[in-house]
Amino acid sequence: MVSWAVLATLAAMTDGPGSYAVTGARILIGTGEVIENGVLVVDDGLIVGVGERLEVPEGAWVIDAAGKTVYPGFIDALSSVGLGRKPEAPEAAEAKEPRKEEALARGPEDRPGTYSYKAAADELSLSDDRVVKWRNAGFTSAVTVPEQGIFSGQATFINLAGEREREMVVRTPVGLRVNLAPPGTGRSFPGSLMGVVAYVKQAFADAAHYRESWSAYDAAPLGKPRPTYDRTLEALARAQSDGWPVLLPAHEAHEIERVLGLASELGVKPVLYGIHEGYAAAEELSAARIPVLVSLKWPDRDKDADPDAEEPLRVLELRDRAPSTPGVLEKAGVRFGLYTDGVEKPDEATANLRKAVAAGLSREGALRALTLDAASIFGLEDRLGSLEPGKIANFFVASGDVFDEGTKIETVFVDGKKFEVRGGEE
Amino acid sequence: MTRAISILLLLAAAVAARAETLAIRGGTILTVAGGTIENGTVLIRDGKIAAVGTDVSIPTEATLIDASGQFVMPGIIDAHSHIAAESINEGSVSVSSMTGIEDVLDPTDIDIYRGLAGGVTTSNVLHGSANPIGGKNAVIKHRYGKDAKGLLFEGALPGIKFAMGENPKRSRGSGPAARYPGTRMGVIDVIREAFTEARAYQKKWKEYEEKKRDGQKGLIAPRRDLELEPLVEILEGKRLVHAHCYRADEILQLLRVAEEMGFRIATLQHVLEGYKVAKEIREHGAGASTFSDWWAYKMEAYDAIPYNAALMVEKGVLVSINSDSAEEARHLNQEAAKTMKWGGLTEDQALALITINPAKQLRIDDRVGSIEVGKDADIAIFDHHPLSVYAVAQKTLIDGEVYFDRARDLERRAEIETRRKALLEKRKGESR
Repeated sequence: MVSWAVLATLAAMTDGPGSYAVTGARILIGTGEVIENGVLVVDDGLIVGVGERLEVPEGAWVIDAAGKTVYPGFIDALSSVGLGRKPEAPEAAEAKEPRKEEALARGPEDRPGTYSYKAAADELSLSDDRVVKWRNAGFTSAVTVPEQGIFSGQATFINLAGEREREMVVRTPVGLRVNLAPPGTGRSFPGSLMGVVAYVKQAFADAAHYRESWSAYDAAPLGKPRPTYDRTLEALARAQSDGWPVLLPAHEAHEIERVLGLASELGVKPVLYGIHEGYAAAEELSAARIPVLVSLKWPDRDKDADPDAEEPLRVLELRDRAPSTPGVLEKAGVRFGLYTDGVEKPDEATANLRKAVAAGLSREGALRALTLDAASIFGLEDRLGSLEPGKIANFFVASGDVFDEGTKIETVFVDGKKFEVRGGEE
Repeated sequence: MTRAISILLLLAAAVAARAETLAIRGGTILTVAGGTIENGTVLIRDGKIAAVGTDVSIPTEATLIDASGQFVMPGIIDAHSHIAAESINEGSVSVSSMTGIEDVLDPTDIDIYRGLAGGVTTSNVLHGSANPIGGKNAVIKHRYGKDAKGLLFEGALPGIKFAMGENPKRSRGSGPAARYPGTRMGVIDVIREAFTEARAYQKKWKEYEEKKRDGQKGLIAPRRDLELEPLVEILEGKRLVHAHCYRADEILQLLRVAEEMGFRIATLQHVLEGYKVAKEIREHGAGASTFSDWWAYKMEAYDAIPYNAALMVEKGVLVSINSDSAEEARHLNQEAAKTMKWGGLTEDQALALITINPAKQLRIDDRVGSIEVGKDADIAIFDHHPLSVYAVAQKTLIDGEVYFDRARDLERRAEIETRRKALLEKRKGESR
């Protein structure tokens, strides 16, 4: 162990080698396969070999991980990690100045709360302290996207390490986020849930019309006015034509029903997020073959709520049963990822994940949701999500079963680069 | 009703049970369509009324509901409701026809169940009155426990909300945020302009469809406008207009602008001064859906009288009594009864105000509104005559399914409270 610590120090001091061999560990491949005493070989950021008896290539740094467990890196399937701390909402910025008349949206044509042209990839910031925090908790990747607005922006799949922001990007865009809460006051359109739903429908109808107009114009421009470029519709149109996952929020069962219906009207490939009452809608999700992202921030009583206020049974039931959702989805065969949903510390999310395991989610299911299934929902299952040769070397070494309380994550690899978790050796 | 009781009611809805054949025996049947039948039987098969009368033979497999000493009436229909929806008003714009209640239905709303406890089986859930032209409605059956789609009254003609007077003109705010219109004449202007646009939009699509039929190539379809689409449906008679209004002058203005633009108002809602212009309302063909005796809550609601409903009935207007309130919805039977005291309507006329008349106004009278063979088995059973102040709903059925059973409800309350306490204790244990 001492030699390892020395090596780690050296690694931090030098650029480090491109080639590693992790030996003697219990390796969870991520496909369900487990190698009890295996070797994992990494070269130039990719996994080049994994097996029971593998020759350690010459020049590779050997990491003796006897008694440890190696996991594919976790993916936070919906996040704003890497976008800076609490990015200022465009609305909040506007609110500082007295509202001008033109700042109020008077209808869909004003494109209220629409930032679909913004890509998370262009907004990344390594100074976001969550990058390190998340990585230390075993998250090597995240699907990150601005959060404010109805169409808050394009999601980017990032790795949680890099010398420069652009090195973090694995693929962009990988999705388009939609929020259904009214963005402003009731005075600005849309000022209600029904208004937002109507706006989302109109925006996608406009995007379809935009595509049709351009392709007709491109095919035979004679006699047609050139369609007007619209940065907000460009992304929506591409989401429709290129099948980007469109992320739509739904927590309660009736919201899941509502959003499944809405998605079918929009001509997009939906991915639902939230899903706390998914335990009551698993059949519908399974039948619709729509993947979901389950928030790891289980519902709780509002801290500012009147402590004497009686809560309806429905609310208590939801609070009690929400952690059973991942297990129920697993049994129903619904593909799902998990996301940290704005928790301050990733430990909260992992503690909440343990609640889901206690409530019926298998450990294999938990791992799959955090790795391969999250990757496949965003079309990256051939790049990462499991420890198979050719995949990006995102993994971590833990002191034991990562879903047990007290297990420490000791070393994290992102893009084949090694990061010691401070305090991991204590 | 306290929050605690609302919780109790919530789980009680789980009692809803389906039986293929059902016979309600021994009660006084207020059919609304064909008079009153003493000691009669209503036979229900597959959710529909199969037979009604005194000599109905009951098949052996039928589940029996004993209504001896009780009163069996058609399920109550509320022509103006705002329950079961997660938002009601899109007040930012003067025309919010792109919005719809169907998009935001909340099938978990306890008020659906509370309505059942008052014998209500169908409600016309409307957008609010913040705009001259509001959002689309949803006609629902109170199938509490079903999902949002399961609530919808299948095949009901879609509708939309309009609003005249103070609400749309005062929803404008002030300063730079002010929204048009700010006056009654502005309200009419908004309607006229919107339908002028809708006509142009309709024409644009018609021309496109014609060119397409003629085989023209390279056509680009017009942009879909979700605000104007419902207005075109109104012009084509495919969508009913339910218009909030109070004063006689604005009622006339609305009827005239509608006639000018080429459509009809299906129902005037509230219509507190309808008694002054009942003849004009009848001539236009609009229904009137009003309160029994609720007024003076704002200036435009002052010149109201409790005789309004009766006077309009006498003038030949199709009248209903509505709730516009989750609370009032639970005693619409009593609201209807008031028209007997004020205006001297008969029992049958009073009952029609909350059954067959709103059914006709919503164009669902082929399905509900009376106890007749072939209609949906939507039925309310009261312990006293429903027009009595002592009447309490005992059972409420929709499509032959019992969705409310007062005896079961009372039984389950303790059970539900135990469950609630257990969850609270469990929670305390976890946070320790």
